[in-house]
Amino acid sequence: MLWIPASRGERVAFGALLAIVALLAVVPIARLIQEAVAPGGSFDAAILERVITNPAVWRAARNTLGVSVGGVVLALVLGGAFALLVTLTNVRSKKLLVFCFMLPLMIAPQVTALAWIDLFGRNSTLLGALGIVRPPGTRHPLYGPEGIILLLGIEYAPVVFLTVRAGLRALPRDLVESAQSAGAKPWRIVATVVLPLMMPAFAAGGMLAFIGSIGNFGVPAFLGIPAGFTVLVTLIYQRLAGFGNGVLSEVAALSLLLAAFALGSLAINGWLARRRDVRVTTWMTAAPQWSLGRWRRPVEVACWSAFAVALILPFLALLATALVPAIGVPLDAGTVTLANFHFVLLDYAATRRAFINSASLSATAAMVLVFLSVPLGYSLVVRRAAVLRAVTFAAELPYAVPGVVLAIAMILCLLRPLPLLGFSLYSTIWIILVAYLSRFLLLALRPVTNALQQIDPSLDEAARMSGARFTRRLATVILPLVAPSALAGGVLVFLSAFNELTVSALLWSSGAETVGVVLFSLEQAGDSVSAAAVAVVAVVVTLAMMMVANALASRVARGVLPWQP
Amino acid sequence: MAAVTLDSVTKRFGSSAAIDDVSLAVAEGEFLAVLGPSGCGKSTLLRLIAGFEKPDKGTIRLGANVVSGPGIDIAPEDRHIGMVFQSYALWPHMTVAENISYPMRVRNAQPSDVAREVGVALAAVGMEGMGERRPAELSGGQRQRVALARCLTMRARVVLLDEPLANLDAHLRARMLAEIASFRSLSHATLIYVTHDQAEAFAVADRVAVMEEGRVRQVAPPAVLYRTPSDSVVSRFAGGGAVVQGEITATFGNGHATAALFGKTWRVRAAPAQAVGPAEICIRPEDLRIVSDGSGFGATVARVLYQGGRTVIEATSPQGTTLSLSLSSTDVPAPGTAVHLAVIDGWVIPQH
Repeated sequence: MLWIPASRGERVAFGALLAIVALLAVVPIARLIQEAVAPGGSFDAAILERVITNPAVWRAARNTLGVSVGGVVLALVLGGAFALLVTLTNVRSKKLLVFCFMLPLMIAPQVTALAWIDLFGRNSTLLGALGIVRPPGTRHPLYGPEGIILLLGIEYAPVVFLTVRAGLRALPRDLVESAQSAGAKPWRIVATVVLPLMMPAFAAGGMLAFIGSIGNFGVPAFLGIPAGFTVLVTLIYQRLAGFGNGVLSEVAALSLLLAAFALGSLAINGWLARRRDVRVTTWMTAAPQWSLGRWRRPVEVACWSAFAVALILPFLALLATALVPAIGVPLDAGTVTLANFHFVLLDYAATRRAFINSASLSATAAMVLVFLSVPLGYSLVVRRAAVLRAVTFAAELPYAVPGVVLAIAMILCLLRPLPLLGFSLYSTIWIILVAYLSRFLLLALRPVTNALQQIDPSLDEAARMSGARFTRRLATVILPLVAPSALAGGVLVFLSAFNELTVSALLWSSGAETVGVVLFSLEQAGDSVSAAAVAVVAVVVTLAMMMVANALASRVARGVLPWQP
Repeated sequence: MAAVTLDSVTKRFGSSAAIDDVSLAVAEGEFLAVLGPSGCGKSTLLRLIAGFEKPDKGTIRLGANVVSGPGIDIAPEDRHIGMVFQSYALWPHMTVAENISYPMRVRNAQPSDVAREVGVALAAVGMEGMGERRPAELSGGQRQRVALARCLTMRARVVLLDEPLANLDAHLRARMLAEIASFRSLSHATLIYVTHDQAEAFAVADRVAVMEEGRVRQVAPPAVLYRTPSDSVVSRFAGGGAVVQGEITATFGNGHATAALFGKTWRVRAAPAQAVGPAEICIRPEDLRIVSDGSGFGATVARVLYQGGRTVIEATSPQGTTLSLSLSSTDVPAPGTAVHLAVIDGWVIPQH
């Protein structure tokens, strides 16, 4: 990309946008690091030392690593196998298969966790209706590390699937064809050609799954806390919830430990990528399509059965729980009721407020970020590639670090009154909005930069030659071309923010609850039927938003909507 | 006054100079072709004039106004230069009419004027009634016409064309060349046309500037360029044939000289100041004849390339020089045949 002189107005706009990115992304993380290593302004290792020598911290760190590695292995197996199946074979109804497989990624982890808890709970309404009752006194089978690993694996399998599928789509056709002409059968080609070439994709997918797993709050909060099984994220939550802002420096140091895990996995991934250079250099890409022959139907049946058990059954359990008046009451024609929905949507102030809060926070974040991302993406892509990487990295930071890390960074930044304005955003709903803007900036920006990179730069240059200035070009040429992708990015922001718990669990205050927060407190208070009703509504909203995005799908840049083939 | 003037313009990307101290003046209404191999800097030259690149040194003027220079950098949108892109750069979300009228709408022209001008421009490029189509529904040639029509409504005094025929089929190119020529007579604009195709440049341009490695080697009308190339690079790029080492034995000061080549002495053209001594001589395909007697020198036919109306023969001299000559007759020697060749014309490349 060549440097193009910009007009003054454009330079001012670009400078302002860069300042916003720096304020949203770079400043909070920098503040966090400062608090952990130099809380008083000068370097002070005392807190780091106290954190590192604490055996409870080590136990939580071990647990974090254990469940994350377990979850990653499961995600690699599930996501990798599914990617090979969908990309390389003639299995039918791929669109629907992919849509279903992606659902665990789109639905909040705490909702999934709740669904599984309801499915296997001692008072499981669904299993009760089927006549299966677990003996009293036994622990819930999913409480503890095994259940956490299972749900992390299911949740992050779509992430592995996406990276491996992208890798398979970039697989050079001639490499497969020359193996075929050498007489190799499909299984052998997969083992000797496809999988070795997919190692970078597996490594990248595994790394993303690992970073997601160590920062996941919903799953260990629902399945670990009741079993007394603590990971770093829940430890941070419990310390902060139990002792308040006095332990801020300590949790800042703890969250640096989490960030170190994330950076460590990045380094391992980079080392693996260097060790084995399997770059491919060809433009002829098209994944081979192998016929499953007589195995097609059995494979399809197996696939859909797995979906039925892993996806549909838990949500039926959730729905069943939401439809009975109290936990333990069997579901039948006489007991079925919508009272729980009436209660959480209308009667109970906290949940009603939470739905309104989450909807308005998500919609505001989506709108603001879409509004920011179009001119920012334009300046980055069409204008100067040199800063593209730096800004994209800055935008990635708040999304890549675990949500609790960002939440603590936000508390540190916004606890004290804002300079000049004289009031504090802490314990208002605004701190959550700022955190969302920071965390989900990448989700809005990436679709726009994707779309812009697919646009011929001469389209903008031709408008300049016609005499059109910055704002007019933005409105008449750039916006119409990227609008579908920008809107899709907005939907992704809304979905992520609406289903979010990790950030708001630490930032909420009375009157500023989110859906994730009330779900968590209802479940902790033992009100399972209301929790189930909240979760069902959240799932319905999620599915509806995915449908909205699907309506845009044909005009959205390829790769923006994760569940689209 | 020149419409476009470049004065000692240098543009570097990293350490390499894409444009190296180029000075060039394009007259009002002139059609200048910029010819050169890919990577020679010709597209950068165009982007400098358009304002998409800023020169590291030198000044660029449009008419009397400096648009690029020390402390001056007029934005592309304020230069009022038309441009036809290699990709045509038609906005896919606008109709043909909206594409064509965009420059007028940017200047807030009256809607009635816009409609009239669009009609005129569509008629001028032979696309009446296609205003409501989308670019995606058009063929390559039609897209090219829309891009030209957009320059017409812009009423640009200077129009830059960046390899406009590169994406077209061979049979369409001749048609579009004629289209560009008629665009010129309609618009009276100054045209700067970048291409790597010698035939295109020679067919349409008043003058051709040959570029190599960021420098302009020669600027001259096509016939002058072909007959009297200023150096071996121009000779090779602007027209086929060979450049061979010879010895100037005598000069006459009237544009003629004698040269010793292939063991014989031939009459060739030379600059009046040409000195006696070793020199490079440009021999075009039509400068050689096959002769039957001993007046020629011996050579062996290496390849025969049939080209329809004429045939190009590549022959190798005993010294190993490859020469090409073109024959219009159908009586063509087969590869491997020994022939005698005579040099009937040639140009002594001036020494610098």
